[in-house]
Amino acid sequence: MSVIAYVWQASECLLAIAIAPLFAGWVGQCRAWLQNRSAPPLWQPYLVLRKLFHKDVALATNASWLFRLTPYVVFSTMVVAAAIIPSVTTDLPLARVADAIALVGIFATGRVFISLAAMDIGTAFGSMGARREMMIGFLAEPALLMVLFSAFMTHGSTALPEMVEGFLSQQHFVLHPSLFFAGVAFVMVLLAENARLPVDNPSTHLELTMIHEAMILEYSARHLALLEWASWLKLLNYACIGFALFMPWGIARHGAGPALLALAIGALLLKLVVAGVALALFETLSAKLRLFRAPEFLTMAFLLAVLGLLVYLLLGA
Amino acid sequence: MPPLTITTQVVQMLAGALLLISFAMLAERRSRRLLILLVWQGVVLVTSTVLVATSAHLTHLYYSAGLTLLLKVCVLPFILFRLMRKLGIERDNEPLVNVPTLMLVGLCLVIFAFGLAQPVSALATTVLRKTLGIAIAVILLSFLMILARRKAFTQVIGFLSLENGLFFAATTTTYGMPMVVELGMALDLLVAVFIFGIFFFHIREQFDSLDLDQLESLKED
Repeated sequence: MSVIAYVWQASECLLAIAIAPLFAGWVGQCRAWLQNRSAPPLWQPYLVLRKLFHKDVALATNASWLFRLTPYVVFSTMVVAAAIIPSVTTDLPLARVADAIALVGIFATGRVFISLAAMDIGTAFGSMGARREMMIGFLAEPALLMVLFSAFMTHGSTALPEMVEGFLSQQHFVLHPSLFFAGVAFVMVLLAENARLPVDNPSTHLELTMIHEAMILEYSARHLALLEWASWLKLLNYACIGFALFMPWGIARHGAGPALLALAIGALLLKLVVAGVALALFETLSAKLRLFRAPEFLTMAFLLAVLGLLVYLLLGA
Repeated sequence: MPPLTITTQVVQMLAGALLLISFAMLAERRSRRLLILLVWQGVVLVTSTVLVATSAHLTHLYYSAGLTLLLKVCVLPFILFRLMRKLGIERDNEPLVNVPTLMLVGLCLVIFAFGLAQPVSALATTVLRKTLGIAIAVILLSFLMILARRKAFTQVIGFLSLENGLFFAATTTTYGMPMVVELGMALDLLVAVFIFGIFFFHIREQFDSLDLDQLESLKED
């Protein structure tokens, strides 16, 4: 394993951390345009981060160490996840540490910590949000795993970089009906896991139906900044998993030169721009589901992913 | 396994889309959107038939695709839309019991259908024989939809989607049915929808609603 690979590994990770707020800003801007509002600047998330990092932390008197530790844990789980996902190159030395199943576990770790911290203070809102988050999480995780299994069966590996390699080394362009199902299921899981409409509303924290915002209501200053950043990073991570599974074109393969890597970054940015528009469009067109409809939504996602597996077995593609 | 042609792959993809639409119909509550889904199912069906026709060089399949386009994408939805407006059930919200269970039953039906299709498709000679499983699944899911629904209108939509599944099965396993059969079926469907329309009005006149549960109370008066 060459040093260059580690350099690229580190830079891919840093790139993800750097552009995550930008992606969130882009989605926000598209949403604003689609809803006939004047959009905030694209770099609004960076301004939010700067503002939050300059403020002093206000902690509740009964906050334990868990409450203070959580933002760092959550942020680092998202960074580790970003290091495993082949968003720019498949030559990732760190990706050997964890395959895609472990990746789901890493996301779960973040979720457990943020839920515990939400209950730590003991406010009604926090525990309510934590319970809802766990409900969504335990329904979304199997669906996500099933989506990954469909992709594993198609490409014959459980490691994301190898799956991308397998996809890109196909001689002919092959349409996979099974991945079509998995793709639809994945989008549904993405919406639920990232607290987007129709499951949760990301643009407000004044609603009784909120989930993610209810959990981080007690956080302030640098803790809040880290949690916000982590949630943007999570959205970016999910988008990158989607790209790796369903449209990995442009990702640099093993042993690619700097030119191809630069091209891969360009391709990633292009895909993110398109994905941001699509996400904003979907969110604008859909109304928020009642909370008790959310299990239905996620059952649908799980079911579609299982159907993808079955269709793969039937058609062999 | 020899690499499949692009046409075959696209048809397999469309078969997947048919299955997806069937599940969407199973979970859809609003009559209006259900009808739109039915139109989409028709569109997918026509596209796949045309593709099969081009790949197998069969002229009669073009005719049946044209017939499907005319009947299932234009005429029947038009009639049903008008019926819906006349009955004033455009915005009807049909309560569905326990969608997750319904979905799981649907999933079991799909597994059953795929198992059922395996020996049959081993005997067929067409390139698309593997999609027979999906066709059977669409048929069974339509049955499930008819069983699970209470409103007469949505049951009719389930019936039409059942017919779509049969048509798809015929196209993919034997390259379509003889023209006489197909014309007969088309006429049957058209007449059936007309009769359903008349029935809707009668049912509503009698019970003030299209809810079929009320038919069970006939004996009491």
